[in-house]
Order: sequence, then C-alpha cells, then structure tokens
Amino acid sequence: MGKRKTALGQAFRSSVPIMAGYGFLGLTYGIYMHELGFSFVYPMLLAITVYAGSAEFLLGNMLLGSFHPLQAFLMVLMVNARHLFYGLSMLEEYKGLGWKKFFLIFGMSDETFALASTTKIPEGTDKGWYLLWLTWLDETYWVVGATLGGLIGPFLTFNLKGIDFVLTAMFTAIFADNWFRENDHTSSLAGLVISGLCLLIFSADHFIIPSMVIILTFLTLKKRKA
Amino acid sequence: MVSAGVIATMLTRFIPFIAFRPGKPTPKCILYLGKVLPASVFALLVVYCLRHIHSFSPDSVAQLVSVGFTILIHAWKRSLMWSIAAGTICYMALIRI
Repeated sequence: MGKRKTALGQAFRSSVPIMAGYGFLGLTYGIYMHELGFSFVYPMLLAITVYAGSAEFLLGNMLLGSFHPLQAFLMVLMVNARHLFYGLSMLEEYKGLGWKKFFLIFGMSDETFALASTTKIPEGTDKGWYLLWLTWLDETYWVVGATLGGLIGPFLTFNLKGIDFVLTAMFTAIFADNWFRENDHTSSLAGLVISGLCLLIFSADHFIIPSMVIILTFLTLKKRKA
Repeated sequence: MVSAGVIATMLTRFIPFIAFRPGKPTPKCILYLGKVLPASVFALLVVYCLRHIHSFSPDSVAQLVSVGFTILIHAWKRSLMWSIAAGTICYMALIRI
C-alpha cells in the first residue's frame, strides 16, 4: 500500500502542468461540443474512449456531416499515427509491467509520453505504479474538463458563435509548429499542394481519402529515390 | 463513426507492442514515414478545415485572416495554447463585425 501512495504523490507532482493544460483544453472541447449541438454525454464518452484530443475535436466535426465511417477511421488513424512512435519508444520502458501495461498503452497521450520518457523517476518510487498514476491522472484531467465543459456550455450567457474555429486554429498551429522546426519543408508542402488539388478535383465531401493515398504514395516514392 | 474512431486510435497505440519485440530493429520504412508523415497530415487537416471556402464571402475572408493570424502568433510566441486561443478569438471577433 505504501509504495502505491508514494508513487501517487510523485506522479501528482509531475502532472500539475498537465492538469492546467488538459483542464483548459478539455473545458474548451466540452463547450465546443455543446456549440455543435451535442449533450455533455458525447464529450464525456469520447474523452473516455478515444482519449486523443485532436481526434475528438475532429470526430465531433465529422459527426455533424453525413455518415462516413471509413473516412472517420482513416482520419483518426492518420491523426494518431504518432502514437505508433511513442509506442515504439516505450517498448523497453514498459517491459515487464504486467497488467499495468494495458492501461499504460491505452492511456498514451502526447503529454504523458513527454513526461514518461523524460522525467527521472525518483529513487525508491515503484516505476509501474508511478507511470500508471501519471497516465490515470492525465486522463482524469481531460475527462473531467470535457465533461464540465459540456455541462456548463448551456449556461454560458455570452454568444459563443465561432468557437468551432478552435479546430482550424489547432491544426494551423500544429502545422506552423512543424514548419518552424523542420529543415526540409517537402512533406509540409506536399501535404498542402496534394490536398489542395484533391479538394479542387474531388469536392469537399470526397477529397480526404484520395489525398491520403496520394500523400502516402508520394512520400514512399520519394524515399525510394533518395 | 465513434467506434471507428476508437478502433483507429487503439490500433495506433497497441500495434507497436504487438508487432515489434523490444530489442529488435524497427523496419526503416516505418521509421521514415514516422518522421515525414505528420507534417503532411497536419497540412491535409488544415485544408480539411478550410474546405468550405469558395468565394470571397465575409466568412471565408474571416477564416483566412484568422489562419494567418494564428501563424503569426505562433511565429512570435511558439506556444500552441497561445496560438490556438489567439486564432479562435480573432475569428470570433471578425464574424461579429
């Protein structure tokens, strides 16, 4: 019992910055979903089951449109592809943790990965429990934030028209962030040009899947040549 | 559609642990795609978000200006939270003028 508690204390201290970030973004997500017309049950359930910020915003947006499960599947797959690489980096770290591993893998997120892979676990703290608490605390912040946002949405008196732009702003900011950090802009430019052209050719409702196929083909062929 | 999203997310999280054993080298093409794919994907998502822009309607202009503003703030602050908040507020303000 003692080691669980110590680990919880340590994990809580590491997770405080994430509480602020997830709390705020989760709240925004709940309010966003309310503005789209969903009850708080939707952001809550999506937060628990999908638990991947940008994918949840995106799913909310796509739920409004016509029923395209394959497109939803592929979009979320692409948005979350980065988890593959978090997983690869944590293969060694999570080895031998038994049943805890399942929850660690399920609850992987950008922030949890950043903390789990960089923070030095204090001497005498049980690693498995520390990582598990960290993962669970982060997920709790997000779910609580999203649920609260959905609940308070109906009571906000000021007009929130336009808050759905948060989705565009989020992807634009991540795109810009990549752009300023990368030396080679080929992939960013290819993404813009290919999806822009596909939008013109295939129309707004049908351009996603062709864009993905062409982008993947382009990047793979480029690698062959290099 | 929600379950499609859940399955896709879980695939990305569990595949590495099922497909690759610790200590074995990861296929080169996977590592390469992991490095270059995200930039393209986020470009695609920006285009997806702007897909309803057609003519120079006031709303289209507001969207484009706000995207520009988001990038500008990001160049300055380099903080995702700041840029997202600034871009959203900019759009919400513009559609009210």
